[in-house]
Amino acid sequence: MVTSGDSSQPFNWTVDEYGSTFLREMRDHKKLVGIKCPKCGKVYVPPRPVCGQCYVGMNEIVPVSDEGEIYVFTIVHFGFVDPNTGVQRPVPHGYAFIKLDGADTCLTHFLDSVDPVKVKVGARVKAVFEPKRTGSMMDIKHFKVL
Amino acid sequence: MGKRVAVVGYGQTYQRSSRKDVNGVELINEAVRVALADAELTIKDIDAIVIGNMDHFEGINYVDMWSAEGSGAVMKPVMKVTTGGTTGTSVAMCAYYHVASGMFDKVLAIGWEKNSESDTTGAIITAFHPVWERPNLGGAVAGLAIEASKYMHDYGATEKDGARVAVRERLHALNNPYAHLHQEWMKGIPPDQLVDLIVGSEQNQLLAYPLRMSDMCPRTDGAAAVIFAVEGKAEKIAPIPAWVQATANRHNFVYAGDVDMARNTTIAEASQAVFRKAGIKEPLKQIDVCELYLPYSYAGLKWIEDIGFCGYGEGPRLLWDGVTDMDGEMPINPSGGVMSSNAIGATALIRVGEGALQVMGRAGARQVNRKVNLAFCSGFGGCYWADIMLLGRKKPA
Ligand SMILES: [Zn+2]
Repeated sequence: MVTSGDSSQPFNWTVDEYGSTFLREMRDHKKLVGIKCPKCGKVYVPPRPVCGQCYVGMNEIVPVSDEGEIYVFTIVHFGFVDPNTGVQRPVPHGYAFIKLDGADTCLTHFLDSVDPVKVKVGARVKAVFEPKRTGSMMDIKHFKVL
Repeated sequence: MGKRVAVVGYGQTYQRSSRKDVNGVELINEAVRVALADAELTIKDIDAIVIGNMDHFEGINYVDMWSAEGSGAVMKPVMKVTTGGTTGTSVAMCAYYHVASGMFDKVLAIGWEKNSESDTTGAIITAFHPVWERPNLGGAVAGLAIEASKYMHDYGATEKDGARVAVRERLHALNNPYAHLHQEWMKGIPPDQLVDLIVGSEQNQLLAYPLRMSDMCPRTDGAAAVIFAVEGKAEKIAPIPAWVQATANRHNFVYAGDVDMARNTTIAEASQAVFRKAGIKEPLKQIDVCELYLPYSYAGLKWIEDIGFCGYGEGPRLLWDGVTDMDGEMPINPSGGVMSSNAIGATALIRVGEGALQVMGRAGARQVNRKVNLAFCSGFGGCYWADIMLLGRKKPA
């Protein structure tokens, strides 16, 4: 169910089997997983059924770390309303593509810091999980810059 | 191999921040009328229409149907193409394929957007995957700022290098009456001084590090229309038709986090495909002018490396040496580019139209100071995909 301010919209989306595994592992065990291509060996996070580069099916779920490094980042200073929630995103906030240890693709997420000294390409980060998790990407509150 | 095809007419509206005097359909109609007049044709001469914008940006749907009275599509074959920032070049490619197939002689391509009636960042975020990406996607500016952070890290590019691109685009826009941004105060000041002024300005608000206001494209209302015609007809319509030499596009990833921000691989591969088809070995020497979809400043450094105009990390040198200025070896964006006008669905089609004007020698005050044998036009989609269309004076082999 999508909520926007006080109202909700009747949207539901199906994720594939491997995506479900990812969300379940994160919700129930605070663990992150990827999927490995049998041909090129690339580990995709979030997991999905096909390696587009090789055009082959994938089925090997592999664990990835909840720690990794900032691949690219920005510190957002302009305010805008989050179209998912109807709530203004806080400014400034840190935003990054994070390459988790063991993964070859990045997860997009928020950072806990806007400190220009700490927030850099290559900086180490660790996922901070919400205490109450619902099976959404926001079960990760943000990534803490170490 | 299909039929040979050329651009024979081009029309655009004045690109402005808000066109409250017209609705979307009227805006489209303005561009169509100018294009038809330019080619000395009437709507009766048009065999089919391809139209595009990002229709969910304005919260409308079926733009092909919605706009029929303005586009001239009543009782004609019409097709909608919507591919994000590339919409305009995708519309152009689709119109080209219509004609190259031999099934239509004259096809009208239309791109438009009324950004004053939309929320760009909200629309961009909701264009992404509802489960994996929407909850925490960074929006329009952040999606580009992250790429700049990587380029600066990997190649040591500076804020001044980025500003040098912005200065070129805004200076060129002063020659283009259709451009949205006309920063008259820049007139007559040398580029290096302008860079210092921009970088040192406290009014130049930081939007998303490292991008400031001056590094970004504006949000624009505007429309463009380009007419493609088949060999045999094209020569009769236009004194100098702009022949499509080659076109290519490349898409890459599934989710945003899959993009390898180290290089722009889609524009690299699409460019190489076009160069192969057109037999181009030394792009910087052989191409006379570019109209590139550069939505923000640092793209003007990195992507020209990926296209193959110079080596990795050499983009800033090309800029500072003036190679891409109006009087340089290979001018980029005589129109002022996307950083001076960005009516999203029209933007990439304007690149094709402006490239055609350069080939035809009809670009007025923004015409480059040489005969244009080859004009290289590109489109960029919000998901780092690329369209390329190469136009030229000679019929392709
Ligand atoms: Zn693979």
